[in-house]
Amino acid sequence: MQLWYSLVDLLLPFGWMQHEFMKNALLGVLLVTPIFGLLGTMIVNNKMAFFSDSLGHSALTGIAIGVILGIKNPIWSILFFSVLITIAILIVKEANTASTDTVIGVFSSTAVALGIVILSRNGGFNKYSGYLIGDLLSISPSDLLTLGIVFVIVISLWAVIFNKLLISSMNQSLARSRGIGVKFYEYLFTIMMAVIVTISIQWVGILIISSLLIIPAASSRNIARNMRQYHFYSVLIALISGLAGLILSYFWGTATGATIVLITSGFFALTFVMKLRLG
Amino acid sequence: MKHHKCANSECKTCECGLCCTKINNFGVKRSGIEILKDVNLHIHCGDLTAIIGPNGAGKSTLLKAILGDISHTGELQFLDAKNKGTTRPAMGYVPQKLDLDSSSPTSVLDLFAAAHTNIPIWFTYPKKMRERVRESLARTQGEHLINKRLGELSGGELQRVLLALALDPIPHLLLLDEPVSGIDQKGLELFYETVSILRDNYDLSIILVSHDLSLVAEYADRVAFVNNKTIECCGTPQEVFGNVKVIQTFGLGWANRFQRDEKDRVDNAIMV
Repeated sequence: MQLWYSLVDLLLPFGWMQHEFMKNALLGVLLVTPIFGLLGTMIVNNKMAFFSDSLGHSALTGIAIGVILGIKNPIWSILFFSVLITIAILIVKEANTASTDTVIGVFSSTAVALGIVILSRNGGFNKYSGYLIGDLLSISPSDLLTLGIVFVIVISLWAVIFNKLLISSMNQSLARSRGIGVKFYEYLFTIMMAVIVTISIQWVGILIISSLLIIPAASSRNIARNMRQYHFYSVLIALISGLAGLILSYFWGTATGATIVLITSGFFALTFVMKLRLG
Repeated sequence: MKHHKCANSECKTCECGLCCTKINNFGVKRSGIEILKDVNLHIHCGDLTAIIGPNGAGKSTLLKAILGDISHTGELQFLDAKNKGTTRPAMGYVPQKLDLDSSSPTSVLDLFAAAHTNIPIWFTYPKKMRERVRESLARTQGEHLINKRLGELSGGELQRVLLALALDPIPHLLLLDEPVSGIDQKGLELFYETVSILRDNYDLSIILVSHDLSLVAEYADRVAFVNNKTIECCGTPQEVFGNVKVIQTFGLGWANRFQRDEKDRVDNAIMV
């Protein structure tokens, strides 16, 4: 950590970067936004925006379960519940009883309702409202360590599975004809999504976490013409928005996560205009 | 490759003798409902077998069962030139369509690179990939499409790209699911012509689910008529299109026209 602090002091000798929490938050942004940019591309490709939204919402129940069990750090109970609900959605989806949208809607609302019911017992919901907005500035060195480990795992997994995932997403039978185990990759991808959403939820907030996954990729899609450009722009937009959002939120005194999302929205508007102009 | 005399005792009707694929007693059930039963089909290499039948008869299901994408009963037997039954022939599959919207930033090169390598295509392409893809696409006259986005392609172009993908590497068995819509008559004819030429050049066994009976009559070597959950009749186009059940399904008008066309063709042949 000391190395990082002195590095920041060297490269960014500004008054507002002197605070330790800003240095921590900066590292957090640098670790988290590229992952969001990368995973977002596939989420948008597969039209899973609603799904990632419901993952964020289900975190509420995860927190509630953590509270009931008396777990100090709710991240583990959130993680457990997110993965559980992900698998449940996939299984029900396969049974083909209703459209995917409906299935996700049912699970998402149930999870939110369950979370609110448990957390609002004895009228104590206000204690947990922080999770709705998130607080990036509260990120601690031990959080950063977890984040760093997740960063390495997600990026390496993404490198290994991406090609197969892409083929599977375009046509399941085509993927099977080339010997790709479609189910395995589908599950692995959604679980990765659950993990990354869970890990970042306490800093970004339940309400807007999925926008951070969706908007950079959606913006990139406006201007990209192949997969390499798609990923490059998406990660770039996520990174720039993250950094700009962190700095602006410091000066404005606003919630960091929401500020970042607003900037990504700005990028979406910009790229959309570019798309219209360029055709 | 040229056709050889049949050296395969298992495969009495097989003309090439190099390889053949047998589908024995296939059955498919989904959610307890029987979709296909007692399907038997014998496919020779160098043959184009067309599967026809009314909508919802299970044509695409049969194709997916052969692919192994949906579970089935019965067995798929592949006999190679040395008469050794391998469990699974190498298969190439041309789907009806891809699940992507027209704005998707996936280029034709992306599709091939993703299928051919494990190096993540969002990072880089292996050297020589572009050359290999160009060669693949050349088989179906699609070299110029390499940098286009999949969403930009017309129905016919996409079909040619998917066919090129299915042929790299060259499979034992090529399965084609012809699109119901989005492809014009001229594109469809070109597609059949390409498939026909490829069959001769590479001695492929081809199974084609088709909706265009006149093209089937022209290009297919054998026709299998799927109806009432099974193959009701199988044989040369002449045999099948003369079958009462087939005539009932597709209408008398079609049958008469086919007979007339067939007569013209025979007359023309005699004149020549």
